[in-house]
Amino acid sequence: MAQMTMIQAITDAMRVELKNDENVLVFGEDVGQNGGVFRATEGLQDEFGEDRVFDTPLAESGIGGLAIGLALQGYRPVPEIQFFGFVYEVIDSISGQMARMRYRSGGHHTAPITVRAPFGGGVHTPEMHADSLEGLMAQQPGLKVVIPSTPYEAKGLLISAIRDNDPVIFLEHMKLYRSFRGEVPEGEYTVEIGKADVKKEGNDVTLIAYGAMVHACLKAAEELEKDGISAEVIDLRTVSPIDYDTVLESVKKTSRVVVVQEAQRQAGVAANVVAEIQERAILHLEAPVLRVAAADTVYPFSDAEEVWLPNHQDIIEKVNTVINF
Amino acid sequence: MKYVLDNVESQFEMFQILNEDGKIVNKNSMPDLSDEELKELMRRMVYTRILDQRSIALNRQGRLGFYAPTAGQEASQLGSQFALEKEDFILPGYRDVPQLIWQGLPLYQAFLFSKGHFHGNQFPDDLHALSPQIIIGAQYVQAAGVALGIKKRGKKNVAITYTGDGGTSQGDFYEGINFAGAYKAPAIFIVQNNRFAISVPVEKQTNAKTLAQKSVAAGIEGIQVDGMDVLAVYAATQAARERAINGDGPTLIETLTYRFGPHTMSGDDPTRYRTEDMDNEWEKRDPLVRFRKFLESKKLWTEEDENKVIEEAKEDIKQAIKQAEQQPKQKVTDLIGNMFEELPSNLQEQMEIYKEKESK
Repeated sequence: MAQMTMIQAITDAMRVELKNDENVLVFGEDVGQNGGVFRATEGLQDEFGEDRVFDTPLAESGIGGLAIGLALQGYRPVPEIQFFGFVYEVIDSISGQMARMRYRSGGHHTAPITVRAPFGGGVHTPEMHADSLEGLMAQQPGLKVVIPSTPYEAKGLLISAIRDNDPVIFLEHMKLYRSFRGEVPEGEYTVEIGKADVKKEGNDVTLIAYGAMVHACLKAAEELEKDGISAEVIDLRTVSPIDYDTVLESVKKTSRVVVVQEAQRQAGVAANVVAEIQERAILHLEAPVLRVAAADTVYPFSDAEEVWLPNHQDIIEKVNTVINF
Repeated sequence: MKYVLDNVESQFEMFQILNEDGKIVNKNSMPDLSDEELKELMRRMVYTRILDQRSIALNRQGRLGFYAPTAGQEASQLGSQFALEKEDFILPGYRDVPQLIWQGLPLYQAFLFSKGHFHGNQFPDDLHALSPQIIIGAQYVQAAGVALGIKKRGKKNVAITYTGDGGTSQGDFYEGINFAGAYKAPAIFIVQNNRFAISVPVEKQTNAKTLAQKSVAAGIEGIQVDGMDVLAVYAATQAARERAINGDGPTLIETLTYRFGPHTMSGDDPTRYRTEDMDNEWEKRDPLVRFRKFLESKKLWTEEDENKVIEEAKEDIKQAIKQAEQQPKQKVTDLIGNMFEELPSNLQEQMEIYKEKESK
């Protein structure tokens, strides 16, 4: 099996679907000859032609509108937003339009659109490029929000997203793009949207995360193991809708939970997970469910981001709190 | 330094075919319409005026909901729609319900849209259109996408979209015309300049003397048309459509018009921002009066014709409102069921809760 980085797996997923379905179109700023600023679309225009893989003018709302219009002509658009920090420019097209298309038309029109974007921090970008805005998207009914943490899942989930008949926001953590390689099967396969994955089994505490924080949890779990604490690590993979069956099964087993997100603490996905756990499994809990999250500031300039971003030590600290409660 | 603004603005002189007296002032541009087609245009305008009057009355009686009056804008709305083919795609603004109706939206569904019932937007399969857009300008960027899709499919059709004078201030307006221009996509962008964005006059909206000149920045064709002259609007749209399907790219059409009524029936009072003199001035340009004079001079329209349309419209409206009122009330379970192709577990759970509630 091929060893790929996450970004190679993402390119491969688009290649598979461009080949598989002539209605798939890939477009965005610099995605054509340049192959995207992160090279996610590298080689795709050469392979599939400018009719299928093309540059857009530099305007995010226009890209969103273009995707909607193309979907109305039966296409399956895969637009790229160059950095998810620029999503504010296209919020109406995403939340006001795509997410409402099926309901607004009583099922007459749909928006089978996959909006791809790099997100998350830790790679020293200029302001507005890095942020974790998945909570903003998860609050919008009508959208699915998918965040892979490994190359294998990135490819399988992206293929599922492109085939989905509803809009999917597909967020690719910038720090994971090239930080490691993983096994990725050739050709087509899917990973189901809306299904969490137990990345490591354990008995004493459940760590719930997604994206880059899955790896911080795995690192924390490794260190905790040395102290005799067995942590289970759940990768949500989809933050809307969330797979509570997998979450609750683990919570009932371990009775102790820490939810981890790279995003700021206020509102957000982790808060939602904590709320659902206490509503559905409070009698199984031996300690309050704690969160690891960033401070409630705007995303910092790059010089401060290493300290600002949650890490495995923050996770270990919270695990010790719930264990010793 | 060379300044160009005057040169640009002087190019956008209003295109007119019929003057206020119903006389042809621009014979060379007279569209090739048969007598029957001319009569049909008049029939549609009269019908739509009656529909507007009845809709306002029904709204006041509480039998309709959201309604944006259309009187005054019939030439702009129906003249442009009359130039379309069935397979063309319409992306309307919220005042553009008449175009949908004449393109094939059953009247009772237009009433259901007004009443806030989703079945109003479940369009027949042969009506290629979106339901009226509420966000100002959002339809402009979508029109670029529909037009690009039409081009990619190799169809000989256009995407046509509508906004108002206020809409041209939105970023989406420029993004839409610019994207369509960049892709030479078959789009027609109509700006119905009725002089007020709710209450803000167009002079406060922009320093541009015409809205048509905004096409210049995007490098697309642009024209300013007398929006009270149905023949001019038809001819301009027809020409834009020809250009588009011939691969020559999009056109921006500004129609100079006026809404005789309020912005919407939701408490807008035009006397707060318009003078009676202004209203009177524009009523003299009433598109129906002008076109009626023209048709009467050609002996194509009589009082009898007019009354026949009025009666027909009233009867249709009576039936349609009855049908709309018989539609079962929209349920929350309908709403939940239309969020996704397959319900995720949270909505499955909520579906059960609302099924239970709605069964009581």
